Amino acid sequence: MNDLLQLSDVSMSFGGLKVTQDVSFTLRSGDRVGLIGPNGAGKTTLVNLVTGNLAPMSGRILLQGEDVTHAGISHRVRHGLVRTFQITRLFQTLSVADNVALALLQRKGLAMGFLTSATERPEIRDEWTRILHVTGLESRAYDPVSVLAYGEQRLVEIAIALALNPKVLLLDEPAAGIPHEETHRVLDAIAALPADIAILMIEHDIDLVFRFASRVLVLANGKLICDGTPETVAANDEVRSAYLGSYANDRRSA
Amino acid sequence: MTAINTVAKATGSRLPSWIRYEVTAFAVVAALGMVGYLLFPYDLALLTRIIAVTFLILSLDLVTGYAGVVTLGQAAIFGVAAYAVGNACLAGITDPVILLGVGIVAGVMMGLLSGVLISRFSALPQLVISIAFGQLIAALANKLSQFTGGSDGLAGFMPSAVLGVFEFDLFGRTSFGFSLVVLAVVLALLLRFVQSPFGLMCRGIRDDALRARMIGTAVYPRLIIMYGVSGAVAGVGGALAAINVGVVSLHSVSFELSAEALVMLVIGGAGHLWGALLGSVLFQLFGHFVGSTNPFHWLTIVGATLVLITLFAPKGLYAAAVSAVSKFRKGRVA
Repeated sequence: MNDLLQLSDVSMSFGGLKVTQDVSFTLRSGDRVGLIGPNGAGKTTLVNLVTGNLAPMSGRILLQGEDVTHAGISHRVRHGLVRTFQITRLFQTLSVADNVALALLQRKGLAMGFLTSATERPEIRDEWTRILHVTGLESRAYDPVSVLAYGEQRLVEIAIALALNPKVLLLDEPAAGIPHEETHRVLDAIAALPADIAILMIEHDIDLVFRFASRVLVLANGKLICDGTPETVAANDEVRSAYLGSYANDRRSA
Repeated sequence: MTAINTVAKATGSRLPSWIRYEVTAFAVVAALGMVGYLLFPYDLALLTRIIAVTFLILSLDLVTGYAGVVTLGQAAIFGVAAYAVGNACLAGITDPVILLGVGIVAGVMMGLLSGVLISRFSALPQLVISIAFGQLIAALANKLSQFTGGSDGLAGFMPSAVLGVFEFDLFGRTSFGFSLVVLAVVLALLLRFVQSPFGLMCRGIRDDALRARMIGTAVYPRLIIMYGVSGAVAGVGGALAAINVGVVSLHSVSFELSAEALVMLVIGGAGHLWGALLGSVLFQLFGHFVGSTNPFHWLTIVGATLVLITLFAPKGLYAAAVSAVSKFRKGRVA
């Protein structure tokens, strides 16, 4: 029973346009999986289906064996499914520590305290201090998120995800918008995540995916056209024509 | 907040740390009240009215400033609590502390009802629903004249002595003292409440409701609960208004009062309890004195001042004052 997340024949269409067609895959404990595909392949829709922002038209989604196909967002989060956002979504006026503390309080069921202290409560404080240390944000703990550089905001996303103690973590373009020389900070933070969780990284940057993933899923026109090791994916003809072809062309023209 | 923290550190170092800030805040409010008493000893009715309305502004700050729900129907809660207290007093419940409880219960019920309706929506529909809700309550208050006295207002009730000792006097000293103590207690409690996990989560929801859902929070129920707390605070204000004046008029449930409350909150600084307090006191004092010195153009003067404040301190006077103080400090250090 190591299947943490299981999609079977999940489909979704918007006004006749099939954006997700019969997608099936399974994430197991310890998986490091990359999801790639050209623009418009339906990556974001697929992520939204998994997290519950969208409900699929057909198919089933199992989270740790439980059918969550029609469960709400917060239900899935409480059952270990956590995502980060492609464009950072953080509590902008709150401090970095508050952002992480809220996730901790919520997870530990302490979020309904009315007169107790929040961020500075000892057991909460110890844990966010540890998480900010792992993500390299210690010196920023009391700064409001809105004054942080974009790369650091991405790290706060990862810190919040860590605080929620996920079983399945979806990283939606974790390196998007970060200067190239800073991507290693994000990769370091990802490498420090617990080994037994399953991670699905949705990423444009193929180099990053191939460095991170031991298994790669390729999405094109809403269909999963390949599921295998980076080497098999790179060698697959269909992938090449659908994705690497255009990628190679981009490279040539650039 | 920072200023109070400094005061707290300087004066209250012997208090246990978990209550230092609240005790200091209580002392600050009491001291401000004493200053008011010394400045306007013959105008205590004005100060008492300001305090009652301040509860309305604080309650609005909880839902609007802290939880991001924009409403123009908050006076409905305040007014219904005032009518409930008036009716309870007429029915023979004359103890002011129990009447305060009646106001709180009525306020919580109205708050929960507002929350269920208003926080279901967001942005413009939310604003429209809040106006509709307020107008509905105002229309009901006008119609149900056996409970509200209609346009004549509800009058003829007289609360007994506070704690059986302090009779309500002609000069309004008891009213003022009673209201001031209740304000200091409620503000101290609220300052703690907004720092609690629940208060912090509401600020998170205000910043980004989807993000709040994505850490596993059920947003809608939280907003309803926040509305319940806000209703309790507005209920205290309504109760004090009824107890102190002995009359409840349709103005207390009106759209005008809701709109004025929002103006006071914005000029003071939404999202800060001290800002709500500041906006409420300054707006009402200013309105009173401009109104009595220049009865013909006072609304023009008030309007122009509001425009200026919004232009130069868009985040409210409290935030402007805090940033001015911190700039001054930095300047001195450098």
